[in-house]
Amino acid sequence: MAQIQTQSQTQTQAQASAALPGALPTTAGRIRRKQTFFDRFVRHRSAVLGALVLLFVVLVALLTPILVNHDPTLAVPQSRFARPLSEATAPATGTYILGTDNLGRDVYSRVVKGSQVSLLVGLGVSLSVVIAGTCIGMLAGFFKRLDNVLMRVMDSMMAFPGVILALAIMSVRGPSVGNVILALSIVDTPRFARVVRSVVLTLRELQYVEAAHALGVTNLRIMLRHILPNCLSPMIVQATFVFAAAVLGEAGLSFLGVGTPPEIPSWGQMLGDARNFLAQAPWTMVAPGAALMVTVLGLNLLGDGIRDLLDPRLRRQG
Amino acid sequence: MFRYVIRRVLAAIPVMLIVSTTVFTLLYLTPGDPAGVILGPDATPERINELRERLGLNDPWHIQMLRWYGKLLQGDLGNSLSVNNRTVAQAIAERAEPTILLTVLALTVSLVIGVPTGIVSALGRGRWVDTVVMFVAIMGVSMPTFWLGLNLIYVFAVSLRVLPLAGYQGLDQGPQETIRYLIMPAITLGLAQGALLARMTRSMMLETLGEDYVRTARAKGLNQPSVVIRHALRNALIPLVTVVGLSFAVLMGGAVITEQVFNIPGVGRLLIQAIGRRDYPLVQGIVLIIALMYVLINLLVDIVYGILDPRIRQSRA
Repeated sequence: MAQIQTQSQTQTQAQASAALPGALPTTAGRIRRKQTFFDRFVRHRSAVLGALVLLFVVLVALLTPILVNHDPTLAVPQSRFARPLSEATAPATGTYILGTDNLGRDVYSRVVKGSQVSLLVGLGVSLSVVIAGTCIGMLAGFFKRLDNVLMRVMDSMMAFPGVILALAIMSVRGPSVGNVILALSIVDTPRFARVVRSVVLTLRELQYVEAAHALGVTNLRIMLRHILPNCLSPMIVQATFVFAAAVLGEAGLSFLGVGTPPEIPSWGQMLGDARNFLAQAPWTMVAPGAALMVTVLGLNLLGDGIRDLLDPRLRRQG
Repeated sequence: MFRYVIRRVLAAIPVMLIVSTTVFTLLYLTPGDPAGVILGPDATPERINELRERLGLNDPWHIQMLRWYGKLLQGDLGNSLSVNNRTVAQAIAERAEPTILLTVLALTVSLVIGVPTGIVSALGRGRWVDTVVMFVAIMGVSMPTFWLGLNLIYVFAVSLRVLPLAGYQGLDQGPQETIRYLIMPAITLGLAQGALLARMTRSMMLETLGEDYVRTARAKGLNQPSVVIRHALRNALIPLVTVVGLSFAVLMGGAVITEQVFNIPGVGRLLIQAIGRRDYPLVQGIVLIIALMYVLINLLVDIVYGILDPRIRQSRA
């Protein structure tokens, strides 16, 4: 039952975006050369938009030392709540492009710096979820004996609402970036494992796998050479969504004050600070929130796009 | 049907067992000594050890866990360390009202927004309505709830001053006031889920609209509303029941963040407080209750699903 849920969910998600405006790149009826993945990707408007947004955020994170014009963590008490575009008073120099926060820290520099934690957590979580989820999903899908046990455990992990499980883990481990990655990875692994398992379950019954068995190919080799490559499409799509969820998750935990420690600028934590000074300094919440939303939107667009492009069923329908 | 219900209930029991064991183990592994927390930093090692002995903290892991299960079955979740003179169960019960109301209201908001827009979008597939709705939906899915909440507060409470800034009024003051306080939080919490529901409703509708029985209904000359409502929608709604069950998890988790944004004294804020004050019995109790509630809700959803769709009942899943 639970398996049916997840399968139908992934399917419907795939179909949900099938008819997005950018998702209709085919020129039905006309003769065309065989398109490469890249050809189709470039024509998929929302996928391209998402990829560009992500590229932009990555560049910002990498070029942070050049882009910031203040120390993102330096509190300057005499310039608390400076309005956007105001000049810093001596001894500090430079324009506060997006104003300053309640401790006199430059909002613009903090937003730029905050991209690093978001991407680090997103990358860390999606990598560990892909590794753990693939192992668990493959084992469960391939070996019937392990299936029941592993999936019961995954079910029980999914019985915790994600935020609650992450909070519980954070409360035990204490705030740090590593622990945020750990907590969010544990939260997101079961869903990923389920997707992999459901693909493996269908692949396992195919004739070429049977043939490989008959030829005496070892289980490990069948898994790695014959099954894993065919799982890649759904895995890439899921990984993109895990990335997006992790960026949001990190922001949520930091907003609650149990995620990234205060000395490292992060968007969620900036919003948590901004909440207390909403009436005095509304500008402190605009930029970090917008940055967060644009990043997650880019990832979701990219994920939707890749899914449209990789799903052969959708491709034929055009 | 009866056998189906029994099967679902039996499947839920091991999940509940693993859930509660996980919660126990997680907090058992916590660094820091509850006895030290209770007695404060000035306590002597002898007194701490005495209290550890009395609380049973010196016993091995499995003994502690069995004792915890025993108490759990009697509804005893232990005593809170940070909320004065309260058991964990009392502390949670006192804070339950706003959280339950918030979650239910948010679910209503998401259904009211998501289902109709999804239908409209599916009917206008490929046209501008569809484009607009789907773009707004993906924005909604990507919107961090707390940022949406802060924006709403700024517009409606700080600038326009039509709604209260934050806080909560209990139902005993009259439901009108309660709704005034909960309307922004419910929209904040429900909107993202509504966007998700819109995407799902749309794809379910597209699926059923392409079915043979819909074509048959059209062929025999039924008018559009009748085809859409009686034939397509009714079948599209069945899988949505499952989605609603899953939504509960997201909403209960999201309630923690929303309560923090709007200063609502609910279970979520209690959890954050408990984490801040290292009140582990309370953290344990809240996490456990929320997880068990979620398992129960999904059990209920499974059963409703079985009632609605006989195929599920007969499958062996």
